[in-house]
Amino acid sequence: MFPAILKPKTSGDLARLCVIVALFGLIAFGALRYDNFLSSFNMLSFLRYNSMFCLIALGMAFVIISGGIDLSVGAVAAMASVCAAMLSNHSWYAGLAAGVGAGLAAGLLNGFMVAKMRIQPFIATLAMMLAAYGTALLLANNQSVSVSYETGFTIIGQDDFLGFPIPAWIALAAFVLGWIVLERRPSGRHILAVGDGEMTAKLMGLNVDRTLVAVYAISGALAGLAGVILASQFGAGQPTEGIGWELFAIASVVVGGTLLTGGSGSVGATLAGALLLSMVFNILNFENGLGWISLSAYWQSVIRGGFLLVVVVLQARLNKHSHEGAAA
Amino acid sequence: MLLSMQNISKSFAGIPALREASLEIAPGEAMALVGQNGAGKSTLVKILTGAYTRDSGTIRFGGRDVAFGSPAESQAGGIATIYQEINLAPQRSVAENIYLSREPRRFGFLDRAAMREGARKVLKTFNLDIDVDLPVARFSAATRQMVAIARSVTQNARLLIMDEPTSSLDEREVVVLFETIRTLKKRGVAILFIGHRLDELYAICERVTIMRDGQTVAVSDMAAMPKMELVRHMLDRELAAFQAMASSKVEGPEKPVRMEADAIGSGVRVRDVDLTIRQGEISGLAGLLGSGRSETARILFGDDRFDKGSLRFEGQERRYREPADAIADGIGLVSEDRKVDGIIPDMSIRENMTLALLPRLRKAGIVDRARQEEIVRHFIKALGVKCASPDQPIKELSGGNQQKVLLARWLCTDPKVLIVDEPTRGIDIGAKAEILKLLRSLADEGLSVLMISSELEELLAAADRVTVLSDGRSVAELPRAALSEASLLAAMAHQDAEHQNPAGNVS
Repeated sequence: MFPAILKPKTSGDLARLCVIVALFGLIAFGALRYDNFLSSFNMLSFLRYNSMFCLIALGMAFVIISGGIDLSVGAVAAMASVCAAMLSNHSWYAGLAAGVGAGLAAGLLNGFMVAKMRIQPFIATLAMMLAAYGTALLLANNQSVSVSYETGFTIIGQDDFLGFPIPAWIALAAFVLGWIVLERRPSGRHILAVGDGEMTAKLMGLNVDRTLVAVYAISGALAGLAGVILASQFGAGQPTEGIGWELFAIASVVVGGTLLTGGSGSVGATLAGALLLSMVFNILNFENGLGWISLSAYWQSVIRGGFLLVVVVLQARLNKHSHEGAAA
Repeated sequence: MLLSMQNISKSFAGIPALREASLEIAPGEAMALVGQNGAGKSTLVKILTGAYTRDSGTIRFGGRDVAFGSPAESQAGGIATIYQEINLAPQRSVAENIYLSREPRRFGFLDRAAMREGARKVLKTFNLDIDVDLPVARFSAATRQMVAIARSVTQNARLLIMDEPTSSLDEREVVVLFETIRTLKKRGVAILFIGHRLDELYAICERVTIMRDGQTVAVSDMAAMPKMELVRHMLDRELAAFQAMASSKVEGPEKPVRMEADAIGSGVRVRDVDLTIRQGEISGLAGLLGSGRSETARILFGDDRFDKGSLRFEGQERRYREPADAIADGIGLVSEDRKVDGIIPDMSIRENMTLALLPRLRKAGIVDRARQEEIVRHFIKALGVKCASPDQPIKELSGGNQQKVLLARWLCTDPKVLIVDEPTRGIDIGAKAEILKLLRSLADEGLSVLMISSELEELLAAADRVTVLSDGRSVAELPRAALSEASLLAAMAHQDAEHQNPAGNVS
């Protein structure tokens, strides 16, 4: 990944390189300004909490690269957290399977609606978002569902392995797999080609429908996994969590240099984008800790929004620039 | 024969698009497929590639009866298609585009090294040495086309369908493309070349199949088919219906010039066009498909910019940046495709008609309904629009009446120049004559009309003079006295002596 990304050949590559540089820049800023920013306690809790956002951002990246959008990820994560909590008293893996399975089912249904019924992704996943919230509330009876503390289910979200939070391990594994699929498997190239133009992809003999179903299934399953971590970390299935997660995921993907029009994007830069936006909140906490200013947590949204705007404007500039200097 | 399509028929919603059409191609041969818009060329090709299914007829390819169910199947069967524009994924690299859907693999993973190596090798056979890791969008149209051809070669295509492959190439690039086609022919690959530039067809094709109205009307060796003859086959129509309404105007003194384009050009579609539009005249703009008629109209209307030549309106130099500038000068454009960029189907006649006028209908910021109503009623009456009421949705009207509403949209702005692109397309014969009569009377009142038309009889019937375009160049300006079917055909089949035959001699 790194050798390729350090030799930018397209404006997309350049944008992705920028976000990685920006992430390191923000880390350097934090490290220099705040005493405990780089402390293992801060870093590990940062990763533990933000892993689930990284997972849904990864799924969103696949969907957006294919030219679609998945608005249901937040609601699906909430529904999955409830399902996982409800089955966590059987065994930890029953909870895990329930959460991931619920997410996968929702994703497959999204894919079916988009690919076979030709419903606009925006509408199809909006419908799924409403349905998944409703299902979560119905299943949970409009309250949090406590998870079992006996079956070891809470280990998934709360414990460490080799000194590193388990959710972070899961996210890392998902990103490595995601990178392999997108960059090293033919199916990943097909996702990019479909996002570049469905008609063209079809004319080139690709199975567009299967590709579309696959990306929504991936997104759903990863949202389900995020829901499992949510339930495990907070000790309860949360039917009302996840509101706005889809927008955070979309923002991460865009900051990560992926065009909303599809056909271009990278797994690594998506991770950087998600971490970058998450870190804004972390930095804000430290800044408040210094005592000079006191910004409420609500400011993080404003700052993230500003960040997103800057990135999108920069990308547009880069795009325009590289088009003007296109090779003959 | 490598390919033999016989008695192919196809209807869409009961309207026949193909009637017993046929097409035969031998290995290593380049077959030209020509015909006007709606002649059935693309339907025939889509049936061959499996994008459409035929209603009846037989297709034999490579000695077997075939019925491809999808483009993917026909590709696997050895038929590759190079479409005009959209045959590659623009953001993917050259190598990926060549191998997409048949990527070389090692243990289930992409074998990128093999992909690069293979791509380089096949491109080298066409003398193309480029960075195969760059996205194809970074290359010129000509290079992209080479990449598409290279893709088909790696698929072992035995028949290569090229749909207007030269439409976005400049002359040097055409030479390279034709070199490639010759290489392919030597390897025994058959080429189906769909095109409109006659010089090119004569330069590269051995035989020609001419289609008209869904039928195959002629198949011949290129060498045995003079250009005039070919154009006549393509256009042949009944003239009788129009002869009655030829202009009654007698030749008078030259009318004053209203608008004038001098050696205007933009990109490869419009190369060098001289055009004069006179006050109170209908100027015709003729030419085969792809000769640059609509593109010229768009330049006059400020929708495209020109990079060569000059444009004068009432004697003054003009360089429109956008249609609003042209509209401010009093130029209107009724475009070729009513459905796409003309009417707004669900809006009423009243709203459709006054769309361009709305800014001037404001009174204290809101639309002056009384005046709008008055104007709409006036034009419905003046143009004879047949409708139940001004508030009827325009989609319920017939084609001819929709066209009248669109004309009225510009007329109510009191224009000086009205450009009409194929004003009678898709309109029945009675309404056609009515529209032409309407244009005539508007011209008699002093309006300048520029009428783009593919129908000779229409030009002969209505135009006071006709400028003929060929391959983006104006090749003749025929005044009323010189207008005849023969003179138009001769000009449209024109071969400019200075304009070099782009790819050398007939091979």
